[in-house]
Amino acid sequence: MQDSQDQVRFEMLVLPHLDAAYNLARWILRSGPDAEDVAQEAMLRSYRFFHSFQGGDVRAWLLQIVRNTCYTHLEKNRRMKDMTEFDEELHGPPSPTPEALAIAGDDRARLTHALESLSPRYREVIVLRELEGCSYKEIATVISIPVGTVMSTLSRARRQLQLALNPSCEEANREL
Amino acid sequence: MSCDRVGISLHGYFDEELDAIDASEFERHLERCTDCVSALEALESLSSSINAARLYEKATPAFRKKILADIGSAPPVAVFPPRGVWHWLAVAAALILLAYNGWRVVSSNRTSDYESAFASEILDAHLRSLQPGHLTDVVSTDQHTVKPWFDGKLDFSPPVKDFVDQGFSLQGGRIDIVHGRTVAALVYGRRKHFVNVFIWATDEKDAAPCSGSQRSYQWIEWRKGGMEFCAVSDAAPSALEQLQRLFTD
Repeated sequence: MQDSQDQVRFEMLVLPHLDAAYNLARWILRSGPDAEDVAQEAMLRSYRFFHSFQGGDVRAWLLQIVRNTCYTHLEKNRRMKDMTEFDEELHGPPSPTPEALAIAGDDRARLTHALESLSPRYREVIVLRELEGCSYKEIATVISIPVGTVMSTLSRARRQLQLALNPSCEEANREL
Repeated sequence: MSCDRVGISLHGYFDEELDAIDASEFERHLERCTDCVSALEALESLSSSINAARLYEKATPAFRKKILADIGSAPPVAVFPPRGVWHWLAVAAALILLAYNGWRVVSSNRTSDYESAFASEILDAHLRSLQPGHLTDVVSTDQHTVKPWFDGKLDFSPPVKDFVDQGFSLQGGRIDIVHGRTVAALVYGRRKHFVNVFIWATDEKDAAPCSGSQRSYQWIEWRKGGMEFCAVSDAAPSALEQLQRLFTD
């Protein structure tokens, strides 16, 4: 009967974070259909490993699995070039340009476009902090870095996002 | 020349992740560093435009169904007890456990449905209040003006306090309807965010705070002294926790 009790606990504790799982996968992978595949795999994986969950922050625990599954997926699909840290500044924003979108007045498209132009490592911290509202401690758990480095990672990620939104932005340029 | 703090600790301050000593030191720094002030404003506008763009992508109902089906069909471990009395006892025990678990699933779903409906309603009330002209019925930063205003409008007396020194400035109050009952709403300004604190009378005993988030808004709820409190905002969760402590201390 262990299984059905695990299932009940899983449905109570983990399933409420399904949106968070899907949202993170959607933004790391930049694709809805891919995100469903990967989030499904991650949910099954977390279900399988659920007995090893020792309590604590279940959302961070799940998102860590989601993130790892996303990166495995990206690697499999040879999208490694997106992940090289030093490469992100070479990424020119693909058309349409942010200015064109700004003129069109579509803030959502403009922000989506800017966020998707960042490297996944920067994109994920923005999503975790700004969309998911994670604390630094949770972010550290999800992306497996020391808590002390979350602040500097976020500061770089936000600067990149500000630049992507407004390439002529004095404020952000000055510090590069 | 740019200030080197713009780089990093500014973010910790903005995210309310600095400890009290570092935060107050940074606030003193802000008083004389225009670089950091404008960088902080840029961060606030970045954050609020992300919020306004509603970038959060939820799982579709079809996808949720698929996951539930996956979990349900995960192979259970089959155990065959020896035949005889023990066999029937085991079957009976299994049936009882199964019924119990079924009941737990149903009742837990009911609780979480209730909670999410409740959170939705609180959040809707918060969003409604942000429409032009809806935020406050009584506009005052003076708690001695706001408190008497509630007299006679409610069958309880909500605590009205200003926490301007702790970063939450009282903006006013209003009467709202949440979950079919009349509630007091206190409005606080937190940097560029608004916080609504909904308060209503309850017969239930005091309860420690529980919190959650929906559509990238945060809420925290607690009970104290025959009143139930629920604070909602798009400010950081730690800000709401701080406000909750201010109310209960």
